[in-house]
Amino acid sequence: MNMIKNISHQKLNRRTILKNMATGSLVLGISVTGGGFGLPAFAETSGPFNPNVFVAIDPDGTLHITAHRSEMGTGIRTGLPMVVAEEMNADWARVKIPQGDGDKKYGSQNTDGSRSIRRFFDRMREAGATARLMMERAAAKQWGVAVSDVRAENHEIILKDGSKRMGFGAAAVLARDEAVPEVSELTFKARKDYRIVGTETKIIDLPAIINGTTTYGIDGKLEGLHYAVIARPPVFRGSVKSVDTAAALKIPGVVKVVEMPSLPPEGPVFFRPLGGVAVVATSTWAAMKGRDALKITWDNGPNATHNSADYMKTLDKSCDGPAKFVGRKQGDVAAALKKAETVHHATYEVPYLEHATLEPPAATAVFADGKMEVWAPVQDPQGTIMAVAGVLGVPEPDVTVHVTLLGGAFGRKSKPDFVVEAGYLAKETGLPIKVTWSREDQTRHGFYHAASVQKMSAGLDKKGKAIAWHHRLAYPTIMSNFMPDPQVAADWEMCLGAVDLPYDIKDITVEAMPAKAHVRIGWLRSVNNIQQVFAIGSFIDELAHKAGQDPKDYLLKAIGAPRAIDLDAFEAKGNYGEPLAKYPFKTKRLTNVIDLAAKKANWGRKLPKGHAQGIFGHRSFLSYIGMVVEASVEAGEVKVHRVDVAVDCGLAVNPDRIRSQMEGAVIFGLSLALLSEITIENGAVVEGNFDGYRLARTDINPEVHVHLVESDELPTGVGEPGVPPVAPALCNAIFAAIGKRIRRLPIGDQLA
Amino acid sequence: MTTFKVNGAARSFDGAPDTPLLWYLRDEAGLTGTKFGCGAGLCGACTVHVNGEAVRSCQTLVSDIAGAEITTIEGLSAKADHPLQQAWTDNNVPQCGYCQAGQIMQAAALLQSNPAISDAAIEEGMYGNICRCGTYQRITKAIRQAREMMK
Repeated sequence: MNMIKNISHQKLNRRTILKNMATGSLVLGISVTGGGFGLPAFAETSGPFNPNVFVAIDPDGTLHITAHRSEMGTGIRTGLPMVVAEEMNADWARVKIPQGDGDKKYGSQNTDGSRSIRRFFDRMREAGATARLMMERAAAKQWGVAVSDVRAENHEIILKDGSKRMGFGAAAVLARDEAVPEVSELTFKARKDYRIVGTETKIIDLPAIINGTTTYGIDGKLEGLHYAVIARPPVFRGSVKSVDTAAALKIPGVVKVVEMPSLPPEGPVFFRPLGGVAVVATSTWAAMKGRDALKITWDNGPNATHNSADYMKTLDKSCDGPAKFVGRKQGDVAAALKKAETVHHATYEVPYLEHATLEPPAATAVFADGKMEVWAPVQDPQGTIMAVAGVLGVPEPDVTVHVTLLGGAFGRKSKPDFVVEAGYLAKETGLPIKVTWSREDQTRHGFYHAASVQKMSAGLDKKGKAIAWHHRLAYPTIMSNFMPDPQVAADWEMCLGAVDLPYDIKDITVEAMPAKAHVRIGWLRSVNNIQQVFAIGSFIDELAHKAGQDPKDYLLKAIGAPRAIDLDAFEAKGNYGEPLAKYPFKTKRLTNVIDLAAKKANWGRKLPKGHAQGIFGHRSFLSYIGMVVEASVEAGEVKVHRVDVAVDCGLAVNPDRIRSQMEGAVIFGLSLALLSEITIENGAVVEGNFDGYRLARTDINPEVHVHLVESDELPTGVGEPGVPPVAPALCNAIFAAIGKRIRRLPIGDQLA
Repeated sequence: MTTFKVNGAARSFDGAPDTPLLWYLRDEAGLTGTKFGCGAGLCGACTVHVNGEAVRSCQTLVSDIAGAEITTIEGLSAKADHPLQQAWTDNNVPQCGYCQAGQIMQAAALLQSNPAISDAAIEEGMYGNICRCGTYQRITKAIRQAREMMK
């Protein structure tokens, strides 16, 4: 929820951090690791003086840069430390990257919203520049020269004429007595002098990944560890009516059966666990068998009549009634539609979706002496502390959250319900507990991307130009987890691809229609951009064809002359939690990436028989993406041949990881466009495993070409922005190929 | 009691004979490089070699592997220098990394059984291994590279 809303973040305490950095030079030689969990690579560099900080240097010169954001595959554990090392003029080969526990001292650790780089680029520069200046000052003092006569270079402090040199290890020992400089005293490297930032840098975890020695949340190992799986109510807000545990307790290895607290029938649930019955055993397999042997009668509660097929009809009807909130009202759409030469309508539908991280939710917890310690693959370790403390009644200072690697996250692991489950069981049983979700658990007990229906109407003038745009949005809001039944989209949800429409159209209305939530609604990679950009990107293509114009030319003309979109002028406010003055919406950057993608894809070239191109471009999470998809349809099967992605994310920190995020986003977008759908019958999710909830496999493996725009703009994130344009660009290609317009995702067998 | 070898070392297990090899490896042997993704043979994250052949360890019972030689990602090469591991490094394949052990083990068996495997057969042979991060382009490129390296 606070992914976009919550724009405040903890101010780092510079003095504490840098003092700790300096003392680190003494104590790190005896640093301790995270105990028996098998987490040596992820333990904080900590010693008797607790120097839990961004930067610490061993006497041998080993540089420790703490990663405080969660690694779910974006490469952030490598990217942010690169910035620190850059400003220090450090030798990247001598850098180690411990993972920070959940702790306010780092500032926000809430790793979502594609904002790690944009929020922490400057802070990492300051951390590095401060360390460099302190070492330079200490070395200058030692040599009796002016600070201006020394410089840091390749992990050494060097006297101007090169006659004296001191390694970072020695300099750090001296630097611990230096006063911590103010930011105003710092100097920063010019971008032209960067040697690390902007280079193709391998992720720090690569060697351990390929030899199988990484630690994810599911890999917890502790002395005396017990394993738990939980039978959860099939329907959201359901509860246990009765349970017969006799057969389960007879399974060898099953130790205990524990009933979990149920959710209330109404009201916000935040990240509370769903309830059900837990089986605790001496192995995961015994726990699973024990769960199978439980005989549970469920009370399915107030959502037992929820059916997704009916719900789509309800949302459709909602679009025809009165709006709950007008997010953008510009001019008079009704009048403009009346005087238009042509009016065009379309309805777009996207189903519920689940994150399907390949590592299912899993967490390990130990409760002893009133203190809770957990190891978990969480995107928001501080939020996890709050959830564990809040639900279990343990004071926040007594909750420790160690962050493992995340085996995929996509927003699911922002929601720590599964960690609270582990904590609850550890507290109830007094045993070290690892909770593991099965694939079916994950598919059926998720925080679902909202099912949606959107109705679009546009009016065209005689020349085919759009003069009126009416966009109605019906979907349950993410805020339904956090507020009593809001039944209307939040401002910031509407501003993910609907209200922030960049088309130069005089009369525009964007409205949120009423929609009640019947499942937990969550954010999934790129969030409401998924459905809203599917709609705006498909609909503009429909208008191009209506007007008989080339879709690329029409799109560029629709965006119009270079200008900044004044998002602050609209009723619904939202710029991904950032001030518009700092991160304006410049349409020139958008048309530029569309042009670049088209150029690289050789838009309009003669294609093999049956192939066609589709195009779209979109700004999300403050980054600009242009995309061209080349696809064909044969015997009802879509084949995607090539995707060109042009990216303007400002300064590129680790270009290889930007490319990999775009390649992955294309596959993610193709999964949801072609295959994935959550169906609900009588309140319960029908799909269970990957045979029902389908994802792209190697038969969906187009050539993806990523083109980075050289840019001096502020760096912005790349985790999510590649996803939204995929579905519309693909569907536009399909229309160009066979004349069939896709208005409902997934495409599935609609072309058969 | 079932006896077998894991990465060259003799092992035995006297727990429930219907225990899947996956959970033996992870919970009993502490070899967590082999991952749980689906428990139904649908994602390939748990792929290991049994007598050199790629199998889904979630679908292989310990009782079925008496006398067999098991190789997991931890034992694929002595110094993580299998051509596939090198090609994986060269191409920066992983994102989150979770599925990658299964991908590498599946690819290793493919190359073992057919050193001159075609590009199309690589895609086909990797169909059962899901990567939710979407690294397929690099996976297939790295396998092609390893194929050339092993010639």
